[in-house]
Amino acid sequence: MAKKQVVTSNINGEEVEFLCKPQQSLLEVLRDELDLTGAKEGCNNGNCGACTVMLDGHPVNSCLVLAVEAEGAEITTVESISQGGELHPLQQCFLEDAALQCGICTPGFLVAAKALLEKNPDATEHEIRFNLANNLCRCTGYDKIVKAVQDCQTRTKEAVSQ
Amino acid sequence: MSTETPKAEVYLGKTDYKVIGTRPIRHDGADKVTGKAIYTADFKLPGMLHGAILRSPHPHANIKSIDTSAAEAMDGVMAVITAADMPGLKDKNASLGEGSVNLLDLGSNVLAHGKVLYRGHAVAAVAAKSVHIAQEALKHIVVEYEELPAVTWVLDAMKDDAPILLDRVRTDDMGEMSESPTNISKHIRFEKGNIEDGFSQCDIVIEKEFRTETVHQGYIEPHASVASWNEDGHLKIWTATQGSFTARQQTAELLELPVSKVTVTPCEIGGGFGGKIAVYTQPVAAMLSQKSGRPVKVTMQRNEVFEGTGPTPGSYMKVKIGATNDGKLVAGEAWLAYDAGAFPGGVIGPGCMCVFSCYEFEHAKVDGYDVLVNKPKTQAYRAPGSTHVAFAVETIVDEIAEKLEMDPIDFRLQNAAKEGTVRVDGLKYPRIGLIETLEALKNSDHYQSKLEGPNKGRGLGCGFWFNIGLKSSVTATVNSDGMVSLIEGSTDIGGTRTSIAMQFAETLGIPAEDVIPKVADTDSIGYTDVTGGSRVTFSTGLAAYKCALDIQDQLRARAADLWECEPENVTIEEGVYSHNGDSMTFKELADKACKVGDPVAGSATVSPDCFTNGFAAHLADVEVDPETGKVTILRYTAVQDAGKAIHPSYVEGQMQGGAVQGIGWTLNEEYFYDDKGTMKNASFLDYRMPTCLDVPMIETIIVEVPNPDHPYGVRGVGEPPICPPPGAIANAIYHATGQRMTELPISPPKLWKAISEK
Ligand code: FES
Ligand code: FES
Repeated sequence: MAKKQVVTSNINGEEVEFLCKPQQSLLEVLRDELDLTGAKEGCNNGNCGACTVMLDGHPVNSCLVLAVEAEGAEITTVESISQGGELHPLQQCFLEDAALQCGICTPGFLVAAKALLEKNPDATEHEIRFNLANNLCRCTGYDKIVKAVQDCQTRTKEAVSQ
Repeated sequence: MSTETPKAEVYLGKTDYKVIGTRPIRHDGADKVTGKAIYTADFKLPGMLHGAILRSPHPHANIKSIDTSAAEAMDGVMAVITAADMPGLKDKNASLGEGSVNLLDLGSNVLAHGKVLYRGHAVAAVAAKSVHIAQEALKHIVVEYEELPAVTWVLDAMKDDAPILLDRVRTDDMGEMSESPTNISKHIRFEKGNIEDGFSQCDIVIEKEFRTETVHQGYIEPHASVASWNEDGHLKIWTATQGSFTARQQTAELLELPVSKVTVTPCEIGGGFGGKIAVYTQPVAAMLSQKSGRPVKVTMQRNEVFEGTGPTPGSYMKVKIGATNDGKLVAGEAWLAYDAGAFPGGVIGPGCMCVFSCYEFEHAKVDGYDVLVNKPKTQAYRAPGSTHVAFAVETIVDEIAEKLEMDPIDFRLQNAAKEGTVRVDGLKYPRIGLIETLEALKNSDHYQSKLEGPNKGRGLGCGFWFNIGLKSSVTATVNSDGMVSLIEGSTDIGGTRTSIAMQFAETLGIPAEDVIPKVADTDSIGYTDVTGGSRVTFSTGLAAYKCALDIQDQLRARAADLWECEPENVTIEEGVYSHNGDSMTFKELADKACKVGDPVAGSATVSPDCFTNGFAAHLADVEVDPETGKVTILRYTAVQDAGKAIHPSYVEGQMQGGAVQGIGWTLNEEYFYDDKGTMKNASFLDYRMPTCLDVPMIETIIVEVPNPDHPYGVRGVGEPPICPPPGAIANAIYHATGQRMTELPISPPKLWKAISEK
């Protein structure tokens, strides 16, 4: 088997150096080598979004990214969404709106929805659905997930106008 | 005011709840939105190895030989196992809580024994120092197969000349055993009244044939287990399961261990819907751990989940229903064949009980067949067996209403099952809420609104599921700060920690937030049956209620000691204990009780033997694209009798989630088999489950007709909402296009063909 390589990336704001084999995915390294198990594996081939993380400002399915490709990249995962011991408003809205049942899809949805709201704070219901269509949820029927994202939009606007 | 402990099983008739009916944040919520919750795949032990499973490329073949020597010799491979390593592979029935299972069937589904019966059937497993080595090692296991003809369609499998899957199977034909091997493992019949007489009284009789394809539960978390077999013979398992005690028992039977030598810790579980009750990875991880002497983790890949774990049956149904001109349903007859997958024991039983469950039929007859085919062993999937028949019956009922020129809701209301209705299997309903459910739908904004425009249609469907009681245990400890730790055995898939804690809190008169619920392992709590059958909020909730009464009695006695009075003279109202002008809140009393005297801890166990009954009615507006046959759901409303919604948000969530699973089943989802019996779409890309772009908001209306057999009136809510969608959507499509679609899924090519051949 091929030799391990050293990769350096910035993960959740910290410079991290790790060893990985060329065939290992970023998801595998995050979960198994770096103990960041917040990103989940639902399919390992890019079809469920449970493994969504931010890579250089874009949401990606980390199961489709090779770990060696993360050299020099900036990665953020669900573990970094809450800051300073406080939940992010989006996390708070997911809880208040009961937007999760089993919760396995939740980290992926949170990362994808946060990315959307940062890019397009006024996303319409259709835009929210379009942008979250990469993420599968089998429990909720999506209704409460979409509403949680909309509630977060309202909450953010209220906070700005105050 | 309560001075004596009321009987738990009876509805208390309370209306002024403090906790029940509110929407607190779930207790495990922060863990789950921060990525901290530990699912099985996230769990690690020191020295842990990784397993991988070799699966059959053939749908049906004899195993001539398995040579594992080359794999065993590989660097980093620590153990290889086959069915030969499983001691409990015996032709013996073991009771498993919810029913019994033949151990040879159960075990040979976990690892094939002599024969492979479906593509994806597990044949051998490897534990190695990395998952990559384990996967590589699978390629070095040499299996010699003798291929056999395969059969995947239920009616083909019933033919005399069909390839036989298991030589040991005989037909249990209403108690009589057939002589020769067969794929028909069971024939059930239910009858009420006289079916010939019934049809002779009818003015209108409609008979139709229906077909449904195999679909999967589709939970996002693949099956996973970690096992550690200690030198003292004690086996520990961490796993994704709907029932830790059921997983313990199945594993113990297959490995011939006493149950007490197996500890099962349920990790957080990423969906189940019935598919995580039977064991798959648990015994495999355990055997690999025993052989390697190290802890082993086995997780499935997504294609293994599709090809190797329980889908729900494909079915053929012939249903005939008759009514009189004044709109009264009189007679119903059904002939149902459900595939069971590769081993006997599918879901035909509940299918037969549910087929005519929504309506009052004086005369009815049902014949049901459980049939082996070369597909994975079917497992429960949300209201197992009921969705199929609801599709058939709701289609015909809609057509009768149309022919009689009656409003579809009024027609159903006129015939709806109610208290006293006797179902075809002989059960007489207690107080049920179908009529109230239909009335709520009739009064809804959606039903009152107009749907206009070409290619659009509106359809209605009903559905039913029983909730089972079974066994549950909880224990609780009062802490000095006035909070209470609540330990339960029911694994929490969708927020039941909270719905149980809320019933406990309501009973004690404390806030839900003051209860700390925890799901414990099998050594730390009394026996508890599976999270399934819509039973947890009902049955484990009942245990929590009784446990709260136990705590309350103990605290009352402690208060009486403090006030030097008799316990019956202490009154309790909303968590405040009083006597003769003195009073203490729950918190104050807890603090005192914890400082002086024995600790306050309570427990309760229940096994309610009642069946409660849940009904749902859904309304769908669709638009059909005549160019492509694609169906868009424009508006959707789900109404359901929840008895009493403990946490309304999670009740709505069950209704919405079930509805969308039903929408997927109706419009897209199916196992595509080629003529060799190979599934061609074993990925989330090709097995197309609904995304959020495919569905609208799902409007919900919760109806509350209290369940007479629960102190707070709770009915289970998890399962009924998957039953109505196929009927509702098929009826909507009919009203949009004039085509009655009788095969699921109503995929674009099928519908396009039907429309263009019109
Ligand atoms: S695990 Fe990466 S998309 Fe499913
Ligand atoms: S909450 Fe279970 S998959 Fe989304």
